[in-house]
Amino acid sequence: MLPIMTLWKPDPTFYPSPRDAAAAPQETRAYVAAFDRSGRRPDALAVLDTESGEVIGWTDLPNTGDELHHFGWNACSSALCPSAPHPHIERRYLIVPGLRSSRIHVYDTKDRISPELVKVIEPEELGERAGYSRPHTVHCGPEGIYVSALGGYGQEGPGGIAILDHTKFEVLGRWEVDRGPQYLAYDFWWHINHDVLVTSEWGTPSMIENGVVGELLLGRKYGHKLHFWDLRKRRHVQEVDLGDQYQMVLELRPAHDPTKTYGFAGVVTSVEDLSASVWMWHQENGRWAVRKVIDIPAEPAPAELLPDVLKPFGAVPPLVTDIALSVDDRFLYVSAWGTGEIKQFDVSDPFAPVETGSLRIGGIVGRRPHPSEPGLPLAGGPQMVEVSRDGSRVYLTNSLYGAWDDQFYPDGVGAWAAKIHTADFTFDQRFFPHGDDFRGLRPHQVRLQGGDASSDSYCYP
Amino acid sequence: MSLTAVLLLGAFHGLNPAMGWLFAVARGLQERSRDRMLQALPIIALGHLASVGLVALVAGVTGSMVTGTALAFGSGVLLVGFGLWRLLSRRHFRWVGMRLSLPQLAAWSFLMSSAHGAGLMLLPMLVSPGAHHHGNAGLTVTLLHTLAMFVTAGVIAIIVYESAGLRILRVAWINLDRIWAIALIGAGVFTIAAYTIT
Repeated sequence: MLPIMTLWKPDPTFYPSPRDAAAAPQETRAYVAAFDRSGRRPDALAVLDTESGEVIGWTDLPNTGDELHHFGWNACSSALCPSAPHPHIERRYLIVPGLRSSRIHVYDTKDRISPELVKVIEPEELGERAGYSRPHTVHCGPEGIYVSALGGYGQEGPGGIAILDHTKFEVLGRWEVDRGPQYLAYDFWWHINHDVLVTSEWGTPSMIENGVVGELLLGRKYGHKLHFWDLRKRRHVQEVDLGDQYQMVLELRPAHDPTKTYGFAGVVTSVEDLSASVWMWHQENGRWAVRKVIDIPAEPAPAELLPDVLKPFGAVPPLVTDIALSVDDRFLYVSAWGTGEIKQFDVSDPFAPVETGSLRIGGIVGRRPHPSEPGLPLAGGPQMVEVSRDGSRVYLTNSLYGAWDDQFYPDGVGAWAAKIHTADFTFDQRFFPHGDDFRGLRPHQVRLQGGDASSDSYCYP
Repeated sequence: MSLTAVLLLGAFHGLNPAMGWLFAVARGLQERSRDRMLQALPIIALGHLASVGLVALVAGVTGSMVTGTALAFGSGVLLVGFGLWRLLSRRHFRWVGMRLSLPQLAAWSFLMSSAHGAGLMLLPMLVSPGAHHHGNAGLTVTLLHTLAMFVTAGVIAIIVYESAGLRILRVAWINLDRIWAIALIGAGVFTIAAYTIT
């Protein structure tokens, strides 16, 4: 039985508006999903001290082979929304899906450093009730907890969104009432005050679980569309095709300002020139439209320095695998996992981002070190990127996805996390957990205690 | 005394952010329009009126068919039961969607008030021995209660919209639902006790 989570006052980590959230106190802990590529040891949640970078907590999962990836909170600032207010619930549980195992774990973080397992939702429950497998993104919202999933239950697709209730953590069912032409799934989020939900596309389980499939990529079979939905009626409204050369539309970052209806989507690569791009969606005469607003070219490199998968191309693709938008909607952070670069853009005008900063670390060819250990070449690159609520700190980890790490960093992707101070856009010299700190596991998504730039939605401007 | 209680209960509902003023403020803030907020307030009050009025109507009809004692007992049991459910259940009212037309907003308010058991608390007053002598007791109670709710919600909405800001929610939004649940149980027990003693 889970403890009753009723408070006398709203959870102090809930904020009515993005402006209020940006004034939140500095985070002290970061939760990091870490997974064992071999599947022989359990994956884990590592807890980092955000000041020193030390691993201060660690919780092994109960099973092996889960492949932790993304995760999220049971409740967030959307609990303050006026249509279905329930602000006296606690933000204390992390909902942690195993992307490969399809198990969904619920971890309690209250009054303890290392999270404690309170529930496991088995793949059968997710499958039988919602029809999905390979759970991925988690968001707390008006109907409870929303979890996107890449695959169907016992079949390739369609992928979609499952709903969980946020007190007992039971799978309530499939979110979609009418999915229209949507088949591929990956990320999702919403414009909560406009009753709009947006989804993106990666691929079905067989397209990703054994690595990127060259024929599928060159055949332009990975996802290249955005889908817009009616959040209330759960119906597909419009699909927007970016063009089939733009393969793998992954992370979605809608504006936090609830009066706005634009957002950013990252595209991993273009099969025409291996460039990566960031797109902005917006409304135009009542319809959804997209526009490419950031283009990052591939960097030529001698074939002998490249992994087999890239040798024919003679270039390193930037591989934009994650993007993050600051809570004040001013800065967009773009990680280029292939070239080993993190870029900062001023997106005050979302139609015309201006690059304001860049740092290099890792990279397929560059192998640049962290400034605190200049003699240590690093594999992997900036991958998951998370921004603190006040926008002053950015956290990075270096692993993308087991099978894909192995293709692009065949001599080992390693394990590291880094922190950037955004004021002068420099690496924090102290914060650099790496190597054995992660006990042989690969770090993926970071969630900051109390919330971060991709955890909460707000109903008040 | 009864009139004061009716007004205070109305004010209590008006005070509760979940009962509607917060939705009105959100509508206003979304389009930076005080008019949009002010327009929502009577609509929300209308939904509340319908919810409370329904309880008064049912109590009135039932009261004409059964004895005063039976009605009081029934009301008391209903109050205690509903209060316990509100206290122990972790479910909360869910309405998905923020873009509501005015009729939808009235429906939202009706459902929210009903799920809250807003009208139930008026039962002790509606079934009190004195109430039988006034044919329009139910109507009067409903109107006065809703008026108090409307005025309170309106004043708070304007203050929050114009000056206080929503940050106040973080400190001032105490768990009124829990207080409400306990009050329902108390009122139920009182209603039963009053008749058992007399």
